[in-house]
Amino acid sequence: MTPTESAPALTSSLLYLDGVCVSFDGYKALRGLSLTLAPGEMRAIIGPNGAGKTTMMDIITGKTKPDEGEVLFAGSTDLTKLDEVAIAELGIGRKFQKPTVFESHTVEDNLLLALKAPRSTWATLFGKPVADQRARIERILETTRLQDFRLKRAADLSHGQKQWLEIGMLLAQDPKLLLVDEPVAGMTDAETAQTAILLREIAKDHSVVVVEHDMTFVRDLGVKVTVLHEGAVLAEGPLDVVSADPRVIEVYLGR
Amino acid sequence: MFTAGNRFLDARGIVFLVVLIGAAIVVPALALLPKNAALHMPTYLVALFGKYLCFALLALALDLVWGYCGVLSLGHGAFFALGGYAMGMYLMRQIGSRGVYANPNLPDFMVFLNWKELPWTWWGFSAFSYAMLMVLLIPGLLAFCFGWFAFRSRVTGVYLSIITQAMTYALLLAFFRNDMGFGGNNGLTDFKDILGFNVQADATRAVLFSISAIMLALAYLMARGIVVSKFGKVLIAIRDAESRTRFIGYRVENYKLLVFVVSAMMAGVAGALYVPQVGIINPGEFSPANSIEAVIWVAVGGRGTLVGAALGAVVVNFAKTWFTGALPEFWLFALGLIFILVTLFLPKGILGACGEWMGKWRKPSAPRGNGEPAIAE
Repeated sequence: MTPTESAPALTSSLLYLDGVCVSFDGYKALRGLSLTLAPGEMRAIIGPNGAGKTTMMDIITGKTKPDEGEVLFAGSTDLTKLDEVAIAELGIGRKFQKPTVFESHTVEDNLLLALKAPRSTWATLFGKPVADQRARIERILETTRLQDFRLKRAADLSHGQKQWLEIGMLLAQDPKLLLVDEPVAGMTDAETAQTAILLREIAKDHSVVVVEHDMTFVRDLGVKVTVLHEGAVLAEGPLDVVSADPRVIEVYLGR
Repeated sequence: MFTAGNRFLDARGIVFLVVLIGAAIVVPALALLPKNAALHMPTYLVALFGKYLCFALLALALDLVWGYCGVLSLGHGAFFALGGYAMGMYLMRQIGSRGVYANPNLPDFMVFLNWKELPWTWWGFSAFSYAMLMVLLIPGLLAFCFGWFAFRSRVTGVYLSIITQAMTYALLLAFFRNDMGFGGNNGLTDFKDILGFNVQADATRAVLFSISAIMLALAYLMARGIVVSKFGKVLIAIRDAESRTRFIGYRVENYKLLVFVVSAMMAGVAGALYVPQVGIINPGEFSPANSIEAVIWVAVGGRGTLVGAALGAVVVNFAKTWFTGALPEFWLFALGLIFILVTLFLPKGILGACGEWMGKWRKPSAPRGNGEPAIAE
């Protein structure tokens, strides 16, 4: 059971989680989580605190190893065997809950570092810049509306701009799959609406998983929703259907 | 090339290089003036300034790993001392039969210990080129082995600092032992010649000073080349947000390891230049306090500026020379006070504070938020 990249695809989905369990010191963060994501799909994941949303991201990006269960990427690559860097190289990008950008670098340099290019010490020390890097950075600055801040240090950006910069850095990596953890936490309403537009734009040519609490924002995205509860999937479907489900209402409103 | 701040040499760097090259020419010239000339520079001053330059090189090496990559090494004194020992061993072999016991094959301390033949660790050290290779290789190899395990197992922050401290302390204890074969607690001293020139001679001292200045300039150019490259940007990214850097796809441990090894080699060169100028190397150089003092130099001068680190080393050691002459018992208190004052009032060190004042003076009306990045660049 060690599928390599050349092995035939075991599943047609881009991301395939089956029966994933993980526990920390006896606390079961995930208990049999199963989820599939089709290529090109955008999915919103909602759920109360402690439902296992961030742990799920940690499993996919290799930060945490599952106790049991299967995690397959692009049909055949076993993600549980790889570390963070190898998973990033496969084309999975992640945005953290708390915006983490390189504070003392300029906006441009943040994007330059994220840009898809050789990552070895030799390449960064002696390598030539990638041919079209200027144009690619320019395009991302435009998409994230950060053109006027390109020479600003990331530390001096507003909270919302940092979130956009981080999304921009994900775009620069040009991943096959983007994992976005609570992108609108702490944003104003206008910024939230703006972010929804930005993510929809990105979803045109990337697969995206968005974890979010904000229901208005999830509604703005207009995509299929998965509800997590106590480390497993509780319901799945369009937001209207899911939010009418009595079990979901109970979990969200308390018993 | 990308941002204004990334030019290979900025104004500060040019001034630094001009001062170093100037010193490399002027100091020997003054030292070699006739003794009664008004501008004659006594040899003890040449050696003192030469020592400062070696410390400046150590500080520069430390700033490369701490200031840029966030790896706070409290054991860089060990690399400095190892470089020093490699040079010291070469100088010991040059004594030949002129030692007290007049043994042509063994250094005095080995004759005293009743040893009959040269231990393998000393083989080859009579050749200058081999010794110089060891000056680079031994600190580099130690840094590689240490860094390989520490960075791979993701030891960071204060834990890393503590094990670097343990490393230098372990070496201190090892080198104190006579049967290690490196002179025990007396260390290596009574040097006679370096490449056939008398180590004590005024002209040799003057040349050693010039070489120290030139090596410092070269090390600065190399460090600057590293920090303005994309590699340098990755280092800063690791300092700011290590796990982010990893999720973007950079092998953080390889970056840390490479810069740590380069820095250890620079520290080794600093130690090798230090030994012939002070005339002795003993296990005291491994003392953890020395490594901590080096960190204070960098903090005082300005972390993450390279030039500031060198400046800090010279300023603090100048103060040390003055204090140990005037009020010797108070030096450690003064050093502690300097560190506290700098941390409280000059968090970016002397150089950072200068930059801020210059910025305010240039744009008195600009709000702080806009003024700061302009200075950083």
